[in-house]
Amino acid sequence: MSAETARAGTVAATVVAATTPGSKLARRAGLAGKKLSSPWASLAAIIIAVVWTTPTVGLLVTSFRPEADIRTDGWWNVLAHPTFTLDNYQQAMFGNQTNFVGYFVNSLVITLPAVVIPISIALLAAYAFAWIDFRGRSLLFVAVFALQIVPIQVTLIPLLSQYVDWGIAGSFWTVWLSHTMFALPLAIFLLHNFMKDIPPALIEAARVDGAGHVQIFFRVLLPLLVPAIASFAIFQFLWVWNDLLVALTFAGGRPNVAPLTVRIAEMVGSRGSDWYLLSAGAFISMVVPVIVFLSLQRYFVRGLLAGSVKG
Amino acid sequence: MDGVSKYFKWLFGVIRDFLLKADTTGHKLVLMVVVIALFILVMGAILWLVDRSSRVPRWVVITGFLGPAVLALTFGLVYPGLRTIYSSLFNRNGSDYVGFDNYMRAFTEPQFQIVLRNTAVWVILVPVASTVIGLIYAVLVDRTRFERIAKTLVFMPMAISMVGASVIWKFVYEYRPTDRPQTGLLNQLLVWLGLDSRQFLLDQPQNTFFLIIVMVWIQTGFAMTVLSASIKAIPDDIIEAARLDGLSGVGMFRYITVPSIRPALVVVLTTIAMGTLKVFDIVRTMTGGNFSTSVVANEFYTQSFRYNDKGLGAALAVVLFVLVIPLVVYNIRQMRMVEEIR
Repeated sequence: MSAETARAGTVAATVVAATTPGSKLARRAGLAGKKLSSPWASLAAIIIAVVWTTPTVGLLVTSFRPEADIRTDGWWNVLAHPTFTLDNYQQAMFGNQTNFVGYFVNSLVITLPAVVIPISIALLAAYAFAWIDFRGRSLLFVAVFALQIVPIQVTLIPLLSQYVDWGIAGSFWTVWLSHTMFALPLAIFLLHNFMKDIPPALIEAARVDGAGHVQIFFRVLLPLLVPAIASFAIFQFLWVWNDLLVALTFAGGRPNVAPLTVRIAEMVGSRGSDWYLLSAGAFISMVVPVIVFLSLQRYFVRGLLAGSVKG
Repeated sequence: MDGVSKYFKWLFGVIRDFLLKADTTGHKLVLMVVVIALFILVMGAILWLVDRSSRVPRWVVITGFLGPAVLALTFGLVYPGLRTIYSSLFNRNGSDYVGFDNYMRAFTEPQFQIVLRNTAVWVILVPVASTVIGLIYAVLVDRTRFERIAKTLVFMPMAISMVGASVIWKFVYEYRPTDRPQTGLLNQLLVWLGLDSRQFLLDQPQNTFFLIIVMVWIQTGFAMTVLSASIKAIPDDIIEAARLDGLSGVGMFRYITVPSIRPALVVVLTTIAMGTLKVFDIVRTMTGGNFSTSVVANEFYTQSFRYNDKGLGAALAVVLFVLVIPLVVYNIRQMRMVEEIR
């Protein structure tokens, strides 16, 4: 999940939001009628679905097979001699050389602050851009918006030497700070768009009642923004949890900080044929993002729906 | 006096160790909670100061709200960006000014020619393949009984890391000699067809295509989701009118669906192209950029951090930057159009 897809994803969601309300869908469903009557169409859809899922299923099955079986034949033979075990997971999680539990903790410790911090900073900035008038506001906003084009690669070497100068190299702070800074342009841009959609009358009414910026921010805006915040939080969570480049640059080779992605990428290089470890390790790293994605997928779209209806 | 300063030194050391040297799981988790709490506290303090009375000067209010963001962006993006452009004009350790030598090398040396060629192949093939497959799939499953689950299956690769995806596909490409039992699915298919097994990731130049497949596998779900949303947004009357005119199936797809979602198609293509230009994880995990599979984003990492050639690394990063600009500009323009249509 990249910043680009996050931005476009929000556009897609707003398109959905704009079209779904009412009984339109039900009517359309009736209209559809013929759609999949062609067996060729069904076949094509099934082929794509199978091709897309088989690789994952293969590795998942493998992760539960005994090490010896994995070495002797392919996972598609599993029904010929079905033996399953949790040894691979046990070994991957607690084994001296792999210790995925430790890296799992690192991933968690990296991700949560790297989601909370940029969203808070971006909320404040987006509020100022949307509801406080000052000279040079649009210029500054365009500048922030334009910073979205800066590829992370351009910033890595100077940042690294800066962190070394400050004496924080190799600590969690480098990763937190970097993810925060990289997320800000998109976060400010998206949250600003949502804030702009809130009717000015609401803000005015609060202002007349004597509410200051802080009260307006917390009492009026924040509750309305929950869906928008949640949707960005999901994107940011997946992005940070799945990131390799930032973590490798700032925490590579440091078992006390490096997240799962770094460790797995390392193991593919050093123990590339130990599939009993790699398969289990890969799924240990995937389980959290997949759960987040599956459980919040609905909430995500519904939240955006609510946001656009209110706006 | 001496005792006091000693005490402060000790206290400072303790705090420093707590913040910077989290070694145990417990320590890490506590640190995480403390950092989040500390951060919220600081933000709260800023807000409280700003809002204490209505007579706080405006510039203080504005600084309070915008200050943290502007500071972070200046320090984290603007300054490093300029710094990288600057050091791309210097040699490997930054001691001598070399003008545009690094750029000359990046565009003329044979090994980098391969890198540029690969990048071009990636940026053309991944968006086109993902979009075409995503569009076809979106149309095929649209308004069927299984739409929800069918879409989730194809979208799932978006949720997992590219490292995880690389592991999954590396296993599909796993090589064993032809006469041995196969463990990689793709080679097993070849053997079943009576062919010899192959080193998919080693044999040049087709190995790049096998890496590209992984990215297509990931991005198709994104294309499908966005395009499916805009297919559903096509107004009913257009579809009804077309149906009355006798259009259906392929005709409907060709003359109604595709033209109606053209702006969304462009957004999807350019978005995926931008992501692909910066692809690093897949190349790094599957081949490490060896066997002539490197791309610009990976070569940047290799030159900067493995060969310690900071000048050349910086130049490659700048090349990446310059390549991505036209894509972003075009992408944002199209996205405006999509939003206006809404």
